Amino acid sequence: MIEGILIGLSTALTLQNIFMVMIGCFFGTIIGMLPGLGPMTAIALMIPITYGFDPATGLILMAGVYYGAVFGGSTSSILLNAPGVPGTVATSFDGYPMAQQGKAGKALAIAAWSSFAGGTFSAIYLLFLAPSLSKVSLSFRSPDYFALMILGLTAIAAFSSKGQFLKAMMMVVLGLMLASVGQDSLSDITRFTFDNMNLTDGISFVLVVMATFAMSEALTIILKRNDPTAAAKQVSLTELGSIKIEKEDRKKMYKTIPRSSVIGFLIGVLPGAGATIASFLAYGMERNLVNDDEKQKFGKGSVNGLSAPETANNAACSGSFVPMLTLGIPGSGTTAVMLGALLGFGVQPGPRLYMTNPEIFWSIIMSMYIGMVILLILNLPLIPYIARILAVPKNYLIPLILFFSITGIYVMSFNNFDIYLMIGIAVVATFLRLYDFPMPPLILAFVLGGLMEENLRRSLLLSNGSWEFLWDRTLTLCILLTTAFIVIWHMYKTFKKN
Amino acid sequence: MNINTTKIISLLFFIFSVFYLYTAYQIQVFAFDENAPFNAKTFPIYLGYAGLFFSGLKLILPDPGTIKVEHKNLEYKKTAILIIIAIIYGATILKIGYFLTTSFFLFGSYYFLGERRWILMFLLSFPFVAAFMYLLHGVLEIYLRDPFLKLIGVMG
Repeated sequence: MIEGILIGLSTALTLQNIFMVMIGCFFGTIIGMLPGLGPMTAIALMIPITYGFDPATGLILMAGVYYGAVFGGSTSSILLNAPGVPGTVATSFDGYPMAQQGKAGKALAIAAWSSFAGGTFSAIYLLFLAPSLSKVSLSFRSPDYFALMILGLTAIAAFSSKGQFLKAMMMVVLGLMLASVGQDSLSDITRFTFDNMNLTDGISFVLVVMATFAMSEALTIILKRNDPTAAAKQVSLTELGSIKIEKEDRKKMYKTIPRSSVIGFLIGVLPGAGATIASFLAYGMERNLVNDDEKQKFGKGSVNGLSAPETANNAACSGSFVPMLTLGIPGSGTTAVMLGALLGFGVQPGPRLYMTNPEIFWSIIMSMYIGMVILLILNLPLIPYIARILAVPKNYLIPLILFFSITGIYVMSFNNFDIYLMIGIAVVATFLRLYDFPMPPLILAFVLGGLMEENLRRSLLLSNGSWEFLWDRTLTLCILLTTAFIVIWHMYKTFKKN
Repeated sequence: MNINTTKIISLLFFIFSVFYLYTAYQIQVFAFDENAPFNAKTFPIYLGYAGLFFSGLKLILPDPGTIKVEHKNLEYKKTAILIIIAIIYGATILKIGYFLTTSFFLFGSYYFLGERRWILMFLLSFPFVAAFMYLLHGVLEIYLRDPFLKLIGVMG
């Protein structure tokens, strides 16, 4: 492992890669601060640029964007009470009241230090857990992988649907259907191409991500007359106050951070859960653990109340890399985008990544930590100025997002058809978003579609077409029972609500 | 049954799933593969049924928490104009080239979204695109096809 860490450090600490982390953190912070434009949009916009680099550098850039976006989301939660990403909603419960009391600088500093500490702890957990899990996952067979993918898709549908489980499952099926377009990987038979040569290779992953996130976000902003930059214009540089954290507050954080990092990391590892659930759980847990005096302060500017969700959401980000790096199965929409990008680089994540591409495996882990350090030393002093950058009117912001989306597709295919297809998918996605059909399940399903079919093919061929493979192995059965529990639980909740 | 837009979307998805399933059954597989436990149409057929199942459930189950969208408050005109500009951009990018079409696309989008600061609009279109092209083409060595710049001798 020491050798791996050194390989990772030597890759991550090259001048180019440190620069990439810095750029990623900075760009991610800007996008993350804009309500509605989360890490997935930020990463999607970066994908075409990353293809100009080697896989390790490209992923380091994307990891920087991811952390920057989560941190940016916290900033807008604290300063504007407008969470940039769902994972930072809980941050606004105590961060915004603190800012209203004239302690915005202190709130930002607590958030930054908590994020840093949460990220540090979870990077350590990842460091020890990922290699062990990689070794364990080598014993996984096709039925287990198939079951895991079903679990991942069901879980993301359950957790991202805000009580609309069936809508999310429809998006899962739509994502799988889109992934089935093009040549069958084994027989080369074309499917759903309608004799259109442009569809023979299937629909590009970047195209679907750009259309369903970047482009449809931009169209939704215009359609709903939202102005994500309006709130940023209210931020005054003089109102932030000191960024110093007093000794008494630091003492509170010392207790909160370790326990919130554990819960954040564990929730992040679970497929589909992620930063939002982690931050709410950590907030709730912290409220139950503090004394009565401190409990009264929750919702009114509590240090514990701010530190807990911030620690947990960053720890969850690192945790979500575990299933992606060790099993090749992303646990969240954001890591699904990163998995798609990895596949684009020709790198197949999974247990063998640890052995075949150790420099990628370890440099991602190491760059996460470097990203945390950079976020702390670069972003904290720059936050007020970044907030001012956000005052760019939406009249400029929207065309620029569209421009990056279309350019991303153009440089990859030099094909009009792909641009039209992207616009078409974006229009449909915008319409679906209006009626609360979630997009992350669609992306995860699109990324997993090919792998899922491949594992089902192997399982069915090995069992001579019998579905007994679903319960032949204890592991497969356990995973499927967990999936069944999630489905039944959500169906029950839906019926109860109705 | 209360008919709302979510139900209509579910119905459309149901019809789409029927079409998908029909197309899946039409996939021509090799003769030796026809009776194999798994062939090119197996997975799509399962997907078609899954689509029918979930959209069918959404259709028949009550939907009390339905989303109500105030269409009067939506900005259809500007959205449609942006989409049309994007389609024109897509149609002309290969023939005219990246630099001119992208610059005009940005300039036009700023204008139709209500921007009137001409100098800023210009700076954030033509010079901005030139700088971005330099980053992609010159620094990252990502090839950008541009017949116009080739014609005037700027690009090789």
